[in-house]
Amino acid sequence: MASAVRHQPVASFQSHPERYRHWKLAIDGAIARLGMDIKEENGLRPEDYELKQNSYDLGVDIELADAIERLRFEHPEVRVLVFESLLPKVFCAGANIRMLASSTHGFKVNFCRYTNETRLSLEDASQHSGLRSLCAANGTAAGGGYELALAADRIYLVDDGNAAVSLPEVPLLGVLPGTGGLTRLVDKRKVRRDLADLFCTKAEGFRARDALRYGLIDGSFPRSRWEAGVSAAAADLAAQSPTRASQGVPLSPVNSQVDGRTRRYRSVELTLDAEARVATLTVRAPEALAPASASALRDEGAESWAIRVFREIDDALLHLRFNHDTVGLVLLRTEGDPDAVLAHDAVVHDNPGDWFATEIRLLRARVLRRLDNTAKSMFAIVDRGSCFVGSLFELALAADRSYMLSDDEAGPTLHPTRAASGGTYPMGTAISRLQARFAREPQRAKDLLESEHPMHAEEALSSGLVTLAPDAIDWDDEIRIAIEERISLSPDALTGMEQNLRFVGNEGCDTKIFGRLSAWQNWIFQRPNAVGEEGALTLYGHPTRPRFDFRRT
Amino acid sequence: MSSIDYSERIPNNVDLSSDKRLQRALEKWQPAFIDWWNDMGPAGGWQERDVFLRTAVSVDKGGWAQFGFVKMPEYRWGIFLEAPEAGRLVGFGDNAASPVWQEVPGEYRNTLQRIVVTQADTEPASVEQQRWLAQTGPSQYDIRNLFQVNVEEGRHLWAMVYLLHGYFGRDGRDEADALLERRSGDPDKPRILDAFNQPCPDWLTFFCFTTFTDRDGKYQLAALAESGFDPLARTCRFMLTEEAHHLFVGETGVRRIIERACTLMKQDPNGDARAQGGIDLPTIQRWVNYWFSYSVDLFGGEISSNAADFFAAGLKGRYKEMSKYTEHTALGQTHAIPLLRDGRLVVEDVPLRNAMNEVLREEYRDDCQKVLERWNKAVRDQGVTDFEFSLPSTRFHRRQGVYATHAFDPNGNAIPLAEFEAHRAEWLPSDADRAYVASLMKPVHEPGKMANWIAAPPRGIDGRPLDFEYVR
Ligand SMILES: [Fe+2]
Ligand SMILES: [Fe+2]
Repeated sequence: MASAVRHQPVASFQSHPERYRHWKLAIDGAIARLGMDIKEENGLRPEDYELKQNSYDLGVDIELADAIERLRFEHPEVRVLVFESLLPKVFCAGANIRMLASSTHGFKVNFCRYTNETRLSLEDASQHSGLRSLCAANGTAAGGGYELALAADRIYLVDDGNAAVSLPEVPLLGVLPGTGGLTRLVDKRKVRRDLADLFCTKAEGFRARDALRYGLIDGSFPRSRWEAGVSAAAADLAAQSPTRASQGVPLSPVNSQVDGRTRRYRSVELTLDAEARVATLTVRAPEALAPASASALRDEGAESWAIRVFREIDDALLHLRFNHDTVGLVLLRTEGDPDAVLAHDAVVHDNPGDWFATEIRLLRARVLRRLDNTAKSMFAIVDRGSCFVGSLFELALAADRSYMLSDDEAGPTLHPTRAASGGTYPMGTAISRLQARFAREPQRAKDLLESEHPMHAEEALSSGLVTLAPDAIDWDDEIRIAIEERISLSPDALTGMEQNLRFVGNEGCDTKIFGRLSAWQNWIFQRPNAVGEEGALTLYGHPTRPRFDFRRT
Repeated sequence: MSSIDYSERIPNNVDLSSDKRLQRALEKWQPAFIDWWNDMGPAGGWQERDVFLRTAVSVDKGGWAQFGFVKMPEYRWGIFLEAPEAGRLVGFGDNAASPVWQEVPGEYRNTLQRIVVTQADTEPASVEQQRWLAQTGPSQYDIRNLFQVNVEEGRHLWAMVYLLHGYFGRDGRDEADALLERRSGDPDKPRILDAFNQPCPDWLTFFCFTTFTDRDGKYQLAALAESGFDPLARTCRFMLTEEAHHLFVGETGVRRIIERACTLMKQDPNGDARAQGGIDLPTIQRWVNYWFSYSVDLFGGEISSNAADFFAAGLKGRYKEMSKYTEHTALGQTHAIPLLRDGRLVVEDVPLRNAMNEVLREEYRDDCQKVLERWNKAVRDQGVTDFEFSLPSTRFHRRQGVYATHAFDPNGNAIPLAEFEAHRAEWLPSDADRAYVASLMKPVHEPGKMANWIAAPPRGIDGRPLDFEYVR
């Protein structure tokens, strides 16, 4: 491979429309337009690749994720998001191939996971916030470009005899359309599987007429009627979507300071022990009084603990994933006053009809799913001063194991609530973490929530809510040994094991994308046929053609 | 197998009658083609006239240019391939030395189809671009030449459609239909390549187009004539013989305008050809700049993985791959290409296979340079010593490739966009230029007469005198 494989830290996962380099966001009443105008020279690693033909890298997707998030919070008046390209003839060419080819395996996997999460957030916005999306492909949408389109509610393609939709990954690159493409084709759009097979092996894809016939798009217009057609389709979609609110809440920046081994947010701390390959994610209960009502919550806005703490967790998770690949185990800790957590939760949970409270619940659900999808072992550590209550109890449920200090003198530090654990924060499988935990005894999950109350270690253990409950004499040693044992195991086997054990229950589009599509993609990404010296991905754009090992595995 | 069966509805030397399925498919396409020709071919009542045209009756030397009067819609568009070369092997790339393919290899099917469709699309496109020109033709001789070019572009379309029908199955037939549905310059269904959507409203444009854009065609066809897909190679070889005439029409057309401009300059007290109703030399230079730059775009990206793939697969070679080169893998070699780095040009070595578009473009550029030298000789022969045509750099005025994102002057120096804009009217046709040239476009249909802005050619067609009635 020509360029040196390396991994460099991603400085920030935050963005703002004023700083977008690759997108233009324009809002007109109920309709927002997000114009893709990716700057070739502004990739995250400009020395390795140029973002030609509206091809994207992580930097582009961070802005996209930011735009979707901001529309949900800052512009509840927007009911339709229209994706379009500001380049002539090309909508989007997908993820930049040279970027992929010059990235480490770990970066590629994290990049794909992030872009998948962004597209799922787009669908989440449509399903739960009534923010519909429409992809107006005014030129060819290839690979990840068409996958972005697939995440929208409606796809329109200009009918100019040239523009096409395509998934050329298999025939051209020897990899998969791994940003949900294969899954959404057959599971979301329900394209017949044999036609999908034809489509996915035809590098140049289909132009409007055939694309429409096969169900790959929802409509097309010739160039002369393009603007009018897209505007009418967007207006039509907007008319079908409910109004949420007229006044938004600004998303303030998520700030953190790095201080030695610790990245500090206001209510979250991420401490790394790189040598031990262990990180500690500590979440602190609020100190301020809870807002008394939904409108008080809106007044506090994005700075209110209930939303801010989850945005901080989200940012910390991204740093963990992209910038600390050797960390194998994350200790999840909480500290502070359990009642304060419950009070701040209450205003979020008790106002189902309030749009802002709803958006906060949806955001928290997404962050928790990001936690579920993080390829690190997670132990919840429930000890003196902890507050695994309400929404923070979901952290304990997300962990692979939980350790709770058996400590009769301290107050109860664990408290599952119906408001938080009764389905408000579903996993990718669409069931709650509690349901997943008690798949064998569904009644137990119900009973626990019926009689919700704070618990000491003994009860938590007997109720099945924690894994182990050592007493103070054994505690330090138990935890130390558990950590040392965990990080001595094969990281690959652990990732595979955890991802299989975490997602109890039925498959959905989400789990298929992460569990099936991504897993196969990640396997292919490791195979010589893709990334070996003569692999298709390695040699893409190079003068020699790939040579395959034709043995099927 | 080189004689043509005229008992068939579709003249051919490919033994069409033995392949009923293909014959039926083409016979079905034929009426759609005729409809297209009637709708989009030469406009203004010319279709009912008898035109003195050459028709290919065989691919043998001397046999493919038989002259006679024919109404254009009745022209015998046929399918002619150069005779097969026994034992021909793939000449280059990773498949070198294996027998050439007589059928499309599955592995390259999509790629080959794209190559054929892209080439095919240019053929009807240029007919559409040129459809109004006869209305303002400067002489019978020129109108005939225009029609000759038009019917042969029609035949080139047939040649490509034969490949699509014969070798690419259902997809190929769909593509053949789509070739008749796209329209040059139509925003809703444009032709694939940009140069083929530009208007061709005047004869200076026509002659520049046939000089520069048809010459791109020559180089593309020459590169495909080396193809390991034998039917494509044989088709392109025969098309090249026809293309040579189109280049002749273009080059001599511009030369005659130049000669006339020089004559008028000498007649005018101020040496001003425009004052005498001619097209002055600087205006011609601007047309050259415009059409050369649009035509070099057609060669594709300077650094191209497609180009590398085409070569590696043995689908598209270099110009005269087999006669000019001894090394045919093009591996382990580089090609120097100046690239913009922080606003400055830095020459970088690009793997040769990835630079194949540029290699072909450079051959083309050198060929164009020779044309300009012949025009400059014409200028000198007229006794004009203070003007010389110059070919712009291939970086000038680009819309495709690595130079498209920056402004360059005609010498290829990177300049600020504002500077380019300040010189635009000096380097490229202005609206005033176009209006002036358009104002000269008055029809001259009387045999032997020439419009004032163009000199007479030295001789007529196929030994006929200049005042022969080429269109009746
Ligand atoms: Fe042609
Ligand atoms: Fe031609």
